[in-house]
Order: sequence, then C-alpha cells, then structure tokens
Amino acid sequence: MSPVTPKIEFRDVSHGFDLGGETFAALDHVSLDIADGEFVTVVGPSGCGKSTLMNIAAGLLEPRDGQVLVDGRAVHGPSPQRGVIFQQYALFPWMTVRKNVEFGLKIAGVGAEERRRTAERFIDMVGLSDFADALPKTLSGGMKQRCAIARAYAVDPTILLMDEPFGALDALTRVQLQDRLLDTWSRERRTVLFITHDVDEAVYLANRVIVMAARPGRVHRVIDVDLPYPRTEDMRLSPEFAELRREVWHSVYHQPSPIERTSP
Amino acid sequence: MAEHTAGSRAGKRRSTVPLTIGSGLLGLAVWVLLANSGIQGFPGPLEVAERAVTSIGDGTLFGDLFASLRRVLTGFVLGVALAVPVGFLMGWYPPVRGLIEPWLQFFRMVPPLAIIPLAIVLMGIGETPKIFVIFLASFLSSVVSTFQGVVSVDSTLINAARVLGAKDGRVFTGVVVPASTPFILVGMRIGLGASWATVVAAELIAAQEGLGYRMQQAQLYYDLPTIFVQLIVIGLVGLLMDRLLLLAERRLTSWQERR
Ligand SMILES: Nc1ncnc2c1ncn2[C@@H]1O[C@H](COP(=O)(O)OP(=O)(O)OP(=O)(O)O)[C@@H](O)[C@H]1O
Ligand SMILES: [Mg+2]
Repeated sequence: MSPVTPKIEFRDVSHGFDLGGETFAALDHVSLDIADGEFVTVVGPSGCGKSTLMNIAAGLLEPRDGQVLVDGRAVHGPSPQRGVIFQQYALFPWMTVRKNVEFGLKIAGVGAEERRRTAERFIDMVGLSDFADALPKTLSGGMKQRCAIARAYAVDPTILLMDEPFGALDALTRVQLQDRLLDTWSRERRTVLFITHDVDEAVYLANRVIVMAARPGRVHRVIDVDLPYPRTEDMRLSPEFAELRREVWHSVYHQPSPIERTSP
Repeated sequence: MAEHTAGSRAGKRRSTVPLTIGSGLLGLAVWVLLANSGIQGFPGPLEVAERAVTSIGDGTLFGDLFASLRRVLTGFVLGVALAVPVGFLMGWYPPVRGLIEPWLQFFRMVPPLAIIPLAIVLMGIGETPKIFVIFLASFLSSVVSTFQGVVSVDSTLINAARVLGAKDGRVFTGVVVPASTPFILVGMRIGLGASWATVVAAELIAAQEGLGYRMQQAQLYYDLPTIFVQLIVIGLVGLLMDRLLLLAERRLTSWQERR
C-alpha cells in the first residue's frame, strides 16, 4: 500500500449486466488510484463502461466484484461528498435555477438565509445571476449544464464525478466551460474524475488520461500529461500537446482485440 | 424575435375564432333544416330555448344540474383521493403493483355502468350506488395514470437527488411527486369525463332527480325539447369542467417542456 491514501481507489472492480440469461461484462478487474486534488480524465470507445465506472464511484451502482474506496473507506450508496454531474444535465424541471442549486443545501438542513446566500454565490460563479429565477426549460444547453455545475458545487463536495458533461455543447461553449472548470479546480483543488469522448478535452484538462478498452471494459493505458497549469489556448497549439493528443488518440483508436470471443 | 413568434402565435389563435363562430352557425342551420324537414316532433332552436327558459324559471333545470353535479363531484373526489395514494404505492413498491394490477386490468374492462345492477341490488336505490359507480369510474382512470406517472419518472432525476444527499422519503416527496403531477392531472381529466358520462347514464336507470332522470321522464312523454335542453346542458357543463381542469393542469405543469 502506498504511504498516502488515494482519494479514490478502484480495487479490482468488475461489473456485469444480465442480458437474456448471459452476463455482459461491462467492467473487468479495473484498478485505479486517484490522488487527492488530481484531475483525471477517462476516454474510451462508446460502451466501454465509462458511465458504469462513474456510477459505481458515485455509489449509484454496486459492483459485482471488487470495491471502490474513498478516503480509504468502502463506498456504499451515494453521498453529497461526491458530487455528480450527469450528461443529461438532470435539472429538476419544476424548480427554478435557484431552487435547483438550493436543493442539496435544503437536504443538508441549511437554513433558508444561508441557503440563499450560498446559492447566490454559485449561481454567480457560473454566470447565471440574471437567470436565477428562470425555469430550466428556458435555458440553453450550456446554461443548463452550468446550473448543474452550480448545483453540484453548492453542497461543497470534495470529489466531482463528471460524465461527459460538455458532450452536447457547441465547440465554443465547451471551451469556455473547460476553462472555467480548470479555473475553479486550480483554486479549490477538488478531486475530479471526468469522462469524455473528446481526446482534445481529455488532454487539455487532465493530470492523467485513462484510456479504456471495450469488451470487456478495462483500463487500457494511463497517460501522464506533463503540461503545466494554468492551461491556455496557446498550449493547445503546442507540439507537446499535439504529441500527447496523438498518443491518446492512438491508444483509443488502436484498441486491443476483445478478450471474450466466445460470446456473440 | 421572441416577440415576433409570440405575436404570430396569438394571431393564429385569434384566427380560429371566426371558424368557431362559423361552425356554430353552420350547426344551427343544419338544426333548423332538420327541424323543418318534417321529422315527427323534432324541435327547432327557438322551441328548445323557450323550454330552457321555463325550466330555469320553475327551478327544475338548476335543481337537476346540482343533483347531478353533487353526485359527480362526491364520487370523483373520493375516487381521486383513493387513486393517488394507491397509484403511488403501486409505482413505488413493485409487490403492491403485482397484487393490485390484475384487478385493475380486470375492472377496467368492465364498463362502470355494468356495475349498476349489482350496486343497486347491494346498496339499494338511494344515492350510494350512483356515487359508488362514479367513484369507481374516476378511481380506475386516475389510478392507472398516477401509477404510469410514478414508473416513468426519469431515473436520472432520482439519481441526481440521491447524489445530493436525498434519502428515499425526500426522493419521493421532492422528485417523484412533482414529476408525476402532469400524469395525475391528465388522469383526473379523463376521470372527470368518465364520471360525468357515468352519472347521466346512472340517472337514466334509477333516480328521482338529475339531468339523466329528467331526460328519462321526457322520453316517457315524447317531450323532445326537454331532452334537447338536457343534452345541451350536459355537453356544456362537461366541456366547462374539462376546460377548468385543463386550465389547472396548464398552471400547475407550466414547467414542462412542451414538444
Ligand atoms: N442497465 C444496463 N443493462 C444492460 N446493459 C447495460 C446497462 N448499462 C450499461 N450496459 C452495457 O454496459 C456497457 C457499458 O455501458 P456504459 O454506459 O458504462 O458505457 P459508456 O462507456 O459510458 O458508453 P458511452 O460512451 O456511449 O456513454 C455497454 O455495452 C452497455 O450495453
Ligand atoms: Mg456513458
């Protein structure tokens, strides 16, 4: 065991889904340590088990085998300590932006006065002050995602689990939200597990990129990103960045062949 | 841009008004034609209007209307009051669903009116059997939609609440109840329609007052104008109740994205 307890530790995690009698191996013996304050991105082909991995870390799914430890303690069930940002925003459509952001605080028993102040701060942080009393249906995709981020931040989690949060956004909004995310991360140093389809995004954000392989889902390669923070637009154009991107792209594209040849 | 679309939509809505009026006039014309075509005893609009005025004057119309409305509202409120908790329980606890659903499916296939003979034998000919049948009609339609509402709550919303620290009770009151409100309201509308249809039919079979009873009496005396008055009142009141619930529905679920 390493002298420093990792913030998140996947220990030999396997998971399968029952599909008409046989088990589909979604995750196969995944082991991974994430240090406190680290920003880790996960890339891999569609269906390789990225969301499954995140749901297990969130405590929304119990793995068939192995376990996830957070601060050295096994995860059973979700906790507000681990904030989750879903790909489909998952805002409560009957609540205004403000009510959405206050939801977690209300559950934590925070008084109305303080709730309002905290919510205000995070709504301001994501630049939605003018829309605090708007319903989600009146927001654009990027605004919804910013609201979801504010809602997750409001309960002050030490870990952020993000499942392709910017996947549905246009290129410009995506880059803006990436920079904003890095900005808050470098100030507050939450541990982030960030899932994405986008190789560029994976390299730009991370300390480390985890490349997964499919059938069964497993860790294929781990690539360290030795670029300094803060990361800038210029860095995206640097040869180092290009080289890293090529390396990640190569390992995503040239996947090891599926192990289980037996199942159709 | 937004103003522009809002303006043009309002314009479209306004443009249906002449059509509605035209449709009404056309219907009236057909009615007059039918009345003049020599069908035995077929009353024209004027004759029906006169009858409406006299039955408002002697108090029978409103007396009948209130008798029918009282039955409908009593049965409807009781039915919904039971349907909502039962629907929630069915959606939330699969074993409850397993126990109740076969019976629901069965009774949904039996028209409420077919229960009337049984209800009369068991409960006498007073108010109870009629209210019971209406209760049944509104219960059956509301319970199914409440249950549908609960099972179709988006699971990512439930997960979103859980990762923010919500336990089962909070997930239920904070997510499941509001998310299924649109379904419940649709069920209530269907239930109210079913109740209204059922009360009139129930009164045709056994009652001493009510819109259905009045029609039944009028039939005995070949009193077509009275039948027309009753039919028009039944249609108008049903329409009015439906619109009121629709309005409530729009108000309460304005957060929904309409596709
Ligand atoms: N509830 C489920 N029932 C059955 N199979 C499932 C279920 N959830 C996921 N799977 C299967 O497990 C595999 C991994 O799914 P997962 O959602 O984790 O993939 P992913 O890597 O997140 O894919 P994407 O990038 O497309 O989101 C998929 O092949 C999927 O078919
Ligand atoms: Mg996924």
